Amino acid sequence: MVPFNILVAVCLVYVGLLFLVAFLVERRAHARALPWLRSPQIYTLSLSIFCTAWTFYGAVGYAVRSGWEFMTIYLGPTLVFVGWWWVLRKLVRIGKTQRVTSIADLISSRYGKSNMLGVIVTVISVVAATPYIALQLQSVTLSFAVFASSAADGGPVPDKAATALWVAVGLALFTVLFGTRNLDSNERHLGVVTAIAVEAVVKLVALVAVGVFVVWGLAGGPADMMAKINASALSSWDLQPGRWAGLIFLSAAAVLCLPRMFQVMVVENVDERHLATASWAFPLYLFLMCLFVLPIAVAGLDLLPPGTNPDLFVLTLPLAQGQDGLAMLAFLGGFSSATSMVIVASIALATMVSNHIVMPLWLSLRPAQAVSGDVRRIVLLSRRLAIGGIVALGYAYFHLSGGSAALAAIGLISFVGAAQILPAMLGGIFWRGATRMGAVCGLLTGAGIWVYSLYLPSFGPDGVISARLIAGGPWGIGWLRPQALFGVEGMDPLIHAMFWSLVLNATAFFTGSILTFPGPVERVQGAAFVNVFDGEVPAGGWVRGAATAEDLLILSQRILGGDGALAFFEAEARMQGKAGPLPDPTPGFVGALERRLSGSVGAATAHAMIAQTVGGAAVSVEDLMAVANETAQIMEYSAKLEAQSEELTRTARQLQQVNEKLTRLSVQKDSFLSQISHELRTPMTSIRAFSEILMEGDMPPAMARRHATIIHDEAIRLTRLLDDLLNLSVLENAGVQLTLGLVSLQDMIDRALVAAAQTRPERSFTVHRDPASEALYVTTDADRLTQVFINLISNARKYCAAPEPELRIAVRQRGGRVMVDVIDNGRGIPEDSQALIFEKFARLTDETRAGGAGLGLAICREVMTALGGSIAYLPGQGGTAFRVTFPLRLQEVA
Amino acid sequence: MGNHVLVIEDEPNIVEAIRFILMRDGWDVSTLSDGDRAEDTIRSCRPDVVILDVMLPGRSGLEILAALRADAATRSLPVLMLTAKGQGRDRAEAERIGASRFMSKPFSNTEILASVRALAGV
Repeated sequence: MVPFNILVAVCLVYVGLLFLVAFLVERRAHARALPWLRSPQIYTLSLSIFCTAWTFYGAVGYAVRSGWEFMTIYLGPTLVFVGWWWVLRKLVRIGKTQRVTSIADLISSRYGKSNMLGVIVTVISVVAATPYIALQLQSVTLSFAVFASSAADGGPVPDKAATALWVAVGLALFTVLFGTRNLDSNERHLGVVTAIAVEAVVKLVALVAVGVFVVWGLAGGPADMMAKINASALSSWDLQPGRWAGLIFLSAAAVLCLPRMFQVMVVENVDERHLATASWAFPLYLFLMCLFVLPIAVAGLDLLPPGTNPDLFVLTLPLAQGQDGLAMLAFLGGFSSATSMVIVASIALATMVSNHIVMPLWLSLRPAQAVSGDVRRIVLLSRRLAIGGIVALGYAYFHLSGGSAALAAIGLISFVGAAQILPAMLGGIFWRGATRMGAVCGLLTGAGIWVYSLYLPSFGPDGVISARLIAGGPWGIGWLRPQALFGVEGMDPLIHAMFWSLVLNATAFFTGSILTFPGPVERVQGAAFVNVFDGEVPAGGWVRGAATAEDLLILSQRILGGDGALAFFEAEARMQGKAGPLPDPTPGFVGALERRLSGSVGAATAHAMIAQTVGGAAVSVEDLMAVANETAQIMEYSAKLEAQSEELTRTARQLQQVNEKLTRLSVQKDSFLSQISHELRTPMTSIRAFSEILMEGDMPPAMARRHATIIHDEAIRLTRLLDDLLNLSVLENAGVQLTLGLVSLQDMIDRALVAAAQTRPERSFTVHRDPASEALYVTTDADRLTQVFINLISNARKYCAAPEPELRIAVRQRGGRVMVDVIDNGRGIPEDSQALIFEKFARLTDETRAGGAGLGLAICREVMTALGGSIAYLPGQGGTAFRVTFPLRLQEVA
Repeated sequence: MGNHVLVIEDEPNIVEAIRFILMRDGWDVSTLSDGDRAEDTIRSCRPDVVILDVMLPGRSGLEILAALRADAATRSLPVLMLTAKGQGRDRAEAERIGASRFMSKPFSNTEILASVRALAGV
């Protein structure tokens, strides 16, 4: 038996050896030596990380449990490499031209360099990889346990958890040492890849050795073995076509989408031609790995006691046969499988975590800092921490899931998770219509269903979600049961989860893509990805076409301006070694020009313009739509600017109007004050002069009385003026209190005629009235309306110059409104003055002074407004004519 | 020097007050109540002093003054301007045009009398 301590020592030596290989290779690679290291064989062997401990140990267990079905896991990748190598070639080409660093970077870059997508893919990948890493820990732990328990002569028998912990710590340390020794802009790790290739050889040799031992050592050669297989129960397992198809599809998807596969296949690829070799050599490797699975399974069932864990037959069979050396080799093979997977997976995931989560966060948190050499340290640190974190997550999963589930089941959970990236990836490289929104919808939908229907239930009933929920659905909703979504029952849980997650993922992806329109960056990236083979220039690529340099120069001058375009063309011509401003329209030059133009007019527009000029590539509908989109954005922007400037103009106009109004008001105020001053000073002058005369005394009483009378009259005139002013001020400020009542119109007119008769009482007027029309009862403020009539009649008495003065008062009623016309037979008011008469102090003539201050009509207008009516001058009536209009029934204002 | 004063003023009570004050002091007083006939009247009755109100029906006092100053015959005729507006602007305008004196209403009787005397050179 192999003592446990020696086993540990062998592991350490083996790891040390691998480290040495990696170290030497990287040093030589620096010196550009060892060209064979960049060979297709190394590439193919590095792809073998598809075969993890799951394959090494688990395939036999899978075969024991489900017969031939284990083959599906290897048929999928075989089909991809043999039949779909052109997909791989496209991925590799895109990876190189776009300098893709991980699968998250690929998706993010394709959909307009969306960091959100990078984060989503990273999170999905980390979550999906966690069970897988746990699986590796579990297999190494189990294999240690086998040796430990079979070591009869004692020695320390570690418990499983402690072993797993040490394995995890060791792997994390190993990966940090290997994978983050330095930074490469292409994220290539030649040393690691070579070490992985060494491990690939070790695991293949180990498995084949065990197989050979079983076939030729235990059985009597191939023929005997075939007979045994045919006799065993394994070959009689039913083939379930649905499950087979599903699993083949799943493993095919996984080989494309697993982050570690993407790492070795695309990122670490140094030469696209290596794919040609890998397309047959990798399936061959898989075939060899599978070749002895059934023999080992059959032999294990035959020879080992019932109840032995079939996942460990590879190890326990040689041990049981006393083949310690072979067992040791098998152990190293399994160890290699597990370590290579964990190393590459955690490097790939750490790159994603650091590039898409840690660095954006760090950069946004420290925007002002100089981004220089400091970054390198941060990146390395974040990678190392991420590696530790990812391995720790795997350990946590191992711990939580109890480390008991069969290896194959755990691996398949990861496969379904990784497969969620497939629609966005394939759509992204084959369909230009795929959009960011579609990718986000698809990824989130698929990942959500995967977590809900497969990942969480994998912790077992009452692990994370309760058994009741699994059996009855959340809130008792049957069609939401995690393992019977939409009421589909009786399906294998794995196939069920895979079916729903991928179907809804793809549906969401397509729907989202069709409903949304890609932005300019997304459009350029989409074209670069889908048309990656079309030319050496990523964005479209231009063939040497019909375009002449002159055409392009004319085009460019319209966009860049005459001098700018000329300078660019001259510089390009100089680079081609030509004199003058016209370079040859090589694809490189046209590509550079497009990039230059896209800086001014947007990528899509630039592409469409060049396409039209060059004529080599047709302008697609999408191109035109993109141009329209860009134009629409520009137009929207300029419309916004226009609106803003319109608003400014409007504001300026309003300000100007307000300013004019204020100026006008100010002038009016000055003029008003000046008028008032005049109106006050005039009577004051008489009063002062005559009172000074009176003060001197010594004059006949008759003369003194005459002077006192003048003083008295002027004092009254002053009082009246002040009354008018106060009255007007109250009316203008709407502080007027109306006293409404039902009054006879005829009475009001009678009162007005009597009151107005005091004005120039010496004149006798003939008044024409129609008493019948005046027989109206009006609801209004009688005193105020009468005042208006008094003012009008007084004005007529004052200013009507006719020798036989007449006054006509006509009343009409129409539709609830009453009109009263007051017309005299004087000269009337000249047409150009009619607009002024209602203004304050608008007395037109001083010819006939009657003590008025020119406020009468202004007061009338304010009163009529307060009474809900109006006053207007009526031209063409032979004399001065005013019409007063007011409501028959004035309503009290609430 | 004569003693003839022409009062051009539209406010009858003010005219009466000025006439009373001047006649009591021994002046001959003629009166006129509108601006349109002012120049003709001045040319025909040749007053020694004119008392001219700024705000008149018809032509304003300032227009009449400008016309008087433009005519060689009346260029040096003493003119006492009266205004009730009491604003500095009117005074400045009147002095620019060539008023001999300028008085705001209300005025004191001694003031107007003294002004007329001074303008007449008595």
